[in-house]
Amino acid sequence: MNIETIQADLIDEFSIFDDWMERYEYMIELGKSLPMIASEFKTDDNIIKGCQSKVWLHAELENDTVVFTADSDAIITKGIVAILIRVFSNQSPETILKTNTDFIDEIGLKEHLSPTRANGLVSMIKKIKMYALAYQTQIGL
Amino acid sequence: MKNQSSNTVFDVDTIRKDFPILSRTVNGKPLIYLDNAATSQTPQQVVDVIVDYYSNYNANIHRGVHSLSQEATDKYENARRTIQQHFNAAHAHEIIFTSGTTHSINLVANGFASLLNANDTILVSALEHHSNIVPWQMLCEKTKATLKVIPMTSEGDLDMKVYDELLLLKPKLVFVNHISNALGTINPIEEMIQKAHHVGAAILIDGAQACPHIKPDVQKLDVDFYVTSGHKMCGPTGVGMLYAKESWLHKLPPYQGGGEMIAEVTFEKTTYAGLPHKFEAGTPNICGGIAFGAAIDYMNSIGFEAIAAYEHELLEYATEKMNTIEGMRIYGPKTNKTSVISFNIEGVHAYDLGTIVDKLGIAIRTGQHCAQPIMDFFKISGTARASFSFYNTKKEIDTLVEGLEKAAMMLR
Ligand SMILES: Cc1ncc(COP(=O)(O)O)c(C=O)c1O
Repeated sequence: MNIETIQADLIDEFSIFDDWMERYEYMIELGKSLPMIASEFKTDDNIIKGCQSKVWLHAELENDTVVFTADSDAIITKGIVAILIRVFSNQSPETILKTNTDFIDEIGLKEHLSPTRANGLVSMIKKIKMYALAYQTQIGL
Repeated sequence: MKNQSSNTVFDVDTIRKDFPILSRTVNGKPLIYLDNAATSQTPQQVVDVIVDYYSNYNANIHRGVHSLSQEATDKYENARRTIQQHFNAAHAHEIIFTSGTTHSINLVANGFASLLNANDTILVSALEHHSNIVPWQMLCEKTKATLKVIPMTSEGDLDMKVYDELLLLKPKLVFVNHISNALGTINPIEEMIQKAHHVGAAILIDGAQACPHIKPDVQKLDVDFYVTSGHKMCGPTGVGMLYAKESWLHKLPPYQGGGEMIAEVTFEKTTYAGLPHKFEAGTPNICGGIAFGAAIDYMNSIGFEAIAAYEHELLEYATEKMNTIEGMRIYGPKTNKTSVISFNIEGVHAYDLGTIVDKLGIAIRTGQHCAQPIMDFFKISGTARASFSFYNTKKEIDTLVEGLEKAAMMLR
């Protein structure tokens, strides 16, 4: 699916909630429905350590798009991970590299992407971009 | 304000009026501040002293003959005496102003670098804050001395049997905190000091977590070094103190070179100033030092006995209420601790818990509390920690418990 459409859908889905609790409950639901990362990829190599929560991220190239799977030990972090995966997975390296995370602000979850929050999410985004760059070089696009 | 405990009845509602920050809201809810072990709030009386300094007599100290400089110097040295009296040090020059506990520890560790060699051992407790581990590791790297750890029992107390055995190694130095920041454990420092001295070891006590709750008497303790931070006891950040016995201050070399700490400078040789200036290079945190003194006056005006009794009541109340939450696990000792509760709720990550209760206006700490070895000991990635101060109320604890229940329901 087109990356702009996915972002618009997410903003739309979250816009129906008028208080933070509903928004968080929905985010937690998204986290719970995140497809599990295969256990063989839940390794120390794939770990992104924030001092508050951990994130695992694995990437594979499929038909010139990057497929990400991920997990987190904290459920709120996992909710944001699920949102990021929904946006960035199954996209071409080029699209991933030129897309930013402003949609997170619009959903009203900006605080979770603060570098000082130490939950691993900012590093996760960096890693997503690094994978995209590496695959872009590999497939010579 | 007089430096003595008052006998007035403890009235938390009146006390709360001294803390303007306690009436603000966070995320649309009244703030409930339960992260006191990280930093305490500042009463208006101390804020006034800070404003007064910058409004009326801001000047560099010990350098000018002009009146402002003299006024600032007098107030700064008065604060030193307030601190001296509070801790019952024998001399005012045994109180060294620092930027905080971390700085104080580094000052001592650095000084010992010239006194230790590869055959020496130093002991550190397993209950330490990172700031009380890393400087000793660095010291051991520099001197090739050996660092040994006094382990914990499963209750979160220090294992005193192993301490006795480790003392047979005749360590040169022992480092232990008075009270653990992660668990609130009160360590048996009197006994540890005596035993350390028995084998000829010096001992440093990290009082960062103790001084907000109790009033240590350094002479009675017969401790060699005692360190603490102003910001944990109603004072500002960036100021703290090192108490050291005079004889140690003569033995240790200065930590930093610079202005204020010299007697005479030529390019051939510099002679150092006397105590305490030998250890106070450069322009210090003048306002911070004065405000630290005011914070100590403020706490004494309430009285440490009253504070300890009330906080104990809060701790018992909170422990009982929190234990009614399904899946609650509280870490550390059950008795013999200060008003700190380090906990997890089964099936809920501490980070999630902290995030949700913050939405409800409640500030608690989550994570490893700069004490990773303790977390490794319990085989957990972190805990949530609620720490109570004399300005907290039982009603706030009720709100905390409701908040935790709500969060657990959302998160499980
Ligand atoms: C036991 C203990 N030691 C040392 C420190 C460090 O204090 P500071 O950051 O004020 O230097 C703390 C603060 O959390 C502490 O709790």
